[in-house]
Amino acid sequence: MDSTTKKIFQENFAEIKPALRPEEAVIEAHRCLYCYDAPCIKACPTHIDIPRFIKQIASNNLTGSAKTILEANALGHSCARACPVEVLCEGACVYHDWQEKPIDIARLQRRATDHLNETGTQPFRAAPDNGLRVAVIGGGPAGVSCASYLRRLGYAVTIFEKHDSVPGGLNTFGIAEYKMTQKVSLDEFKRLFKLGIDVRMGVEIGKDVSVEKLLKDFAAVFVGIGLGETHKLEIPGEGLRGVWDALSFIRYVKERDLGPLGKSETTVVIGAGNTSIDAVTQSKRTGAKRVIMAYRRSEADMGAYGFEYELAQTDGAEFLWNAAPVRVIGKTKVEGIEFARTKVVGGKLSVLKGQNFTIECDRVIKAIGQTKHFALAKGFGLALASDGRIKVEAETLRTTHPKVFAGGDAINGGKEVVNAAADGKRAAWAIHNALQPGVPAPEGNDYWISTIDGRKVAPIMPKLPSERAAHG
Amino acid sequence: MGKKPNLAANCAGIKSPNPFWLASAPPANSGEQVMRAFEYGWGGAVWKTLGQDPPVINQTSRYGAIDIGGQKIAGFNNIELITDRPLEDNLREITEVKKRFPKHAVVISLMVPCERKSWHDIVKRCLDTGADGFELNFGCPHGMSERGMGAAVGQVPEYIKMVTEFVKEKSTIPVLVKLTPNITDVRYAARAAKAGGADGVALINTINSIMGVDLDTMKPKFAVGGKISHGGYCGPAVKPIALNMVSQISTDPETKGLPISGIGGISTWADAVEFMLLGSSSVQLCTAVMHYGFRIVEELNAGLEDWMEKQGFETLDDFIGKTAPDIVDWKKLNLHHKTVAKIDHDKCIGCDLCFVACNDTAHQCITIDRKKNGNRKPVVIEEDCVGCNLCSLVCPVDGCITMTEVKTGHKPLTWEEYTKNGFSGYKEVYKRMHG
Repeated sequence: MDSTTKKIFQENFAEIKPALRPEEAVIEAHRCLYCYDAPCIKACPTHIDIPRFIKQIASNNLTGSAKTILEANALGHSCARACPVEVLCEGACVYHDWQEKPIDIARLQRRATDHLNETGTQPFRAAPDNGLRVAVIGGGPAGVSCASYLRRLGYAVTIFEKHDSVPGGLNTFGIAEYKMTQKVSLDEFKRLFKLGIDVRMGVEIGKDVSVEKLLKDFAAVFVGIGLGETHKLEIPGEGLRGVWDALSFIRYVKERDLGPLGKSETTVVIGAGNTSIDAVTQSKRTGAKRVIMAYRRSEADMGAYGFEYELAQTDGAEFLWNAAPVRVIGKTKVEGIEFARTKVVGGKLSVLKGQNFTIECDRVIKAIGQTKHFALAKGFGLALASDGRIKVEAETLRTTHPKVFAGGDAINGGKEVVNAAADGKRAAWAIHNALQPGVPAPEGNDYWISTIDGRKVAPIMPKLPSERAAHG
Repeated sequence: MGKKPNLAANCAGIKSPNPFWLASAPPANSGEQVMRAFEYGWGGAVWKTLGQDPPVINQTSRYGAIDIGGQKIAGFNNIELITDRPLEDNLREITEVKKRFPKHAVVISLMVPCERKSWHDIVKRCLDTGADGFELNFGCPHGMSERGMGAAVGQVPEYIKMVTEFVKEKSTIPVLVKLTPNITDVRYAARAAKAGGADGVALINTINSIMGVDLDTMKPKFAVGGKISHGGYCGPAVKPIALNMVSQISTDPETKGLPISGIGGISTWADAVEFMLLGSSSVQLCTAVMHYGFRIVEELNAGLEDWMEKQGFETLDDFIGKTAPDIVDWKKLNLHHKTVAKIDHDKCIGCDLCFVACNDTAHQCITIDRKKNGNRKPVVIEEDCVGCNLCSLVCPVDGCITMTEVKTGHKPLTWEEYTKNGFSGYKEVYKRMHG
């Protein structure tokens, strides 16, 4: 990394949620009310027992706290940074009803899992091998979560990952650098792999290994392949130098390899989702003088979370609403982009004639969602929803193929790391029940299994003969 | 508005411009400290306990504390002994302080072996300083008690009486006896002090305590080279124990009216007022001063004055002991008094701590109807509520759960009357689980 790049990352990519000091963490932990049947637990897709792990921090049991987190969410170290907690656990905190700041759950979670990470503790053990093999396609959050729970249940697990050297999928390559560095993701994955997971890098199913062979060699398959390439704009000029898809752009930033991105006076980002915001902020922070986020609908229709939008505003981005790109202008490289004015009437988007305008720019970043992997799903013969998502049974995440289960972005169309982690956990237990019906889980698995649908809050006891019906 | 309140205090004839005294402890260890405290506004100081020469030798690890829920020093402990400075130095400084601050109370705390001559000698020397009173340290629970002094005296009423008599034989100034809480019933100790001629009592001294064990080394916390002896416990956590003991003495027919200097966990003016309402005519502080310094006296004085003004009190005597008659035996409480919990749903934040507390640990009279759109608001089943207060105690929101009196329409009935009536006359005011 050259000195300019180094300086850029030092100055512009400070963590937006830095670690809590130990004393701060204890004070914050003591603020937690320890709600009964707490709303934060329900709001978390993996149902981490948040009040419990927070009380463990308060009592200085950091390793125990990290275990509570990682039992329910194998990717708890990453999710402490990657989660949009404002709309999940922290958004559900009862402090909001009090007009008070919610508990800083994300940073408390980070406090616990950082400790575990620093001490190199392996919180869980694989159960003795049960002789059954499961294949996991995709070394991203869904797949690795699933693989780790399967190992704890005693299955031999092989992960097939397309990337030739770096695992983690979007957890490693897609989270804005000021939220989470690659190291955090890789530390987490390395810890999970140590459960004895066989990881095959640079292997693409359907190309390097056939679907048939996979189905023959393994008792079950989990598909956690995420989504495909960024959608195309399907407009002239899309092939010009300087037109980027958001994921590739973010990937270069995360690898701190700014050379290929070139310098930019004006960058235009197309789209208004959370990935668009990441593209906007990271363009700005890597030196683009002017960054404009353009969306064909209005501000009110924007897909990005409010706090993400605020981040882009704070970074000094400009916003262009009701503007649909019609042409990227330039000879060999981007020189501008032409937009048509749009209007939304009754939810329907229409283009206004004769109101086109051009913005001079030297970079265009497309952030309008990703395609689905039709090919692989087709290879397995899986039924798809109308929008291309893999169809699954809600309870088990089993696809229409009895041996194949799926989770993560491939079934939800693109959500958070935590949703993928939850899917992996649910599928692992479903795979166990499918392969060994009625066989109880080996010792040491009851807790995480109880978090799949959220733990029961209170056992119901019979009334003894001497007791009056208390509420009768 | 009434007249400006007068904070002047008089405890057993020891007068001070206000009721706030430094307790006999490190803050009152030297003339320089005591004078600085008086400049800040303290009304009096009980000098760090004097003993016979040669002075004691102290350990270097002396204090310990527990923090609760982020609150530093919720409880405090020490194994420090009495003054480790030569008697002559202390007496010279006391004389000087008294000269410079004639209106402030300077009380000398004393502890010497239980022999008449030892006590007579030290009393005589102290009288020359011009001090305003004595406080006999029969309370220190550590170290000195192993040598037959401090709490070793305070735990034996006969010794309390005897030593108090020794001092009274020579003293020309008021004598307070400082009592230890490390006993079964403080009234016996107070009665003995009174019988020995004490002009008043001071309480409580510190409570026997071990502050904890380090879980890494498995050695005692705050250890002296890996070992510790029990120390004296004090600070905010001990206040209710002290209030009880003060009230026991102020309500005991044998000691009623005996002046009390109240001590034990006082941190604020409000704490001090509570001690005074239960019968203390002066109060002594140490832990709060050791936590924050002498400056806290500014708010002690200001807060007391504001409260007196609001209540319309002009002097401390207007309210000292006012609440004491309301401390009675359990058998004199009204069984027909009824309260139930009322939850203000506008204030409720849905933490459901009241629900789980009531259901798991109290009387199962709060429910939640979760079916109502994820509703988290708890509801009190009023006919089952026993009015135990627990829900209102766990509720984090001020004023959300109120214990509200329900008129039963029944004539008051105490346990004493109920049993006298042959277990009759009681009308159910709540549903008892086991009929």
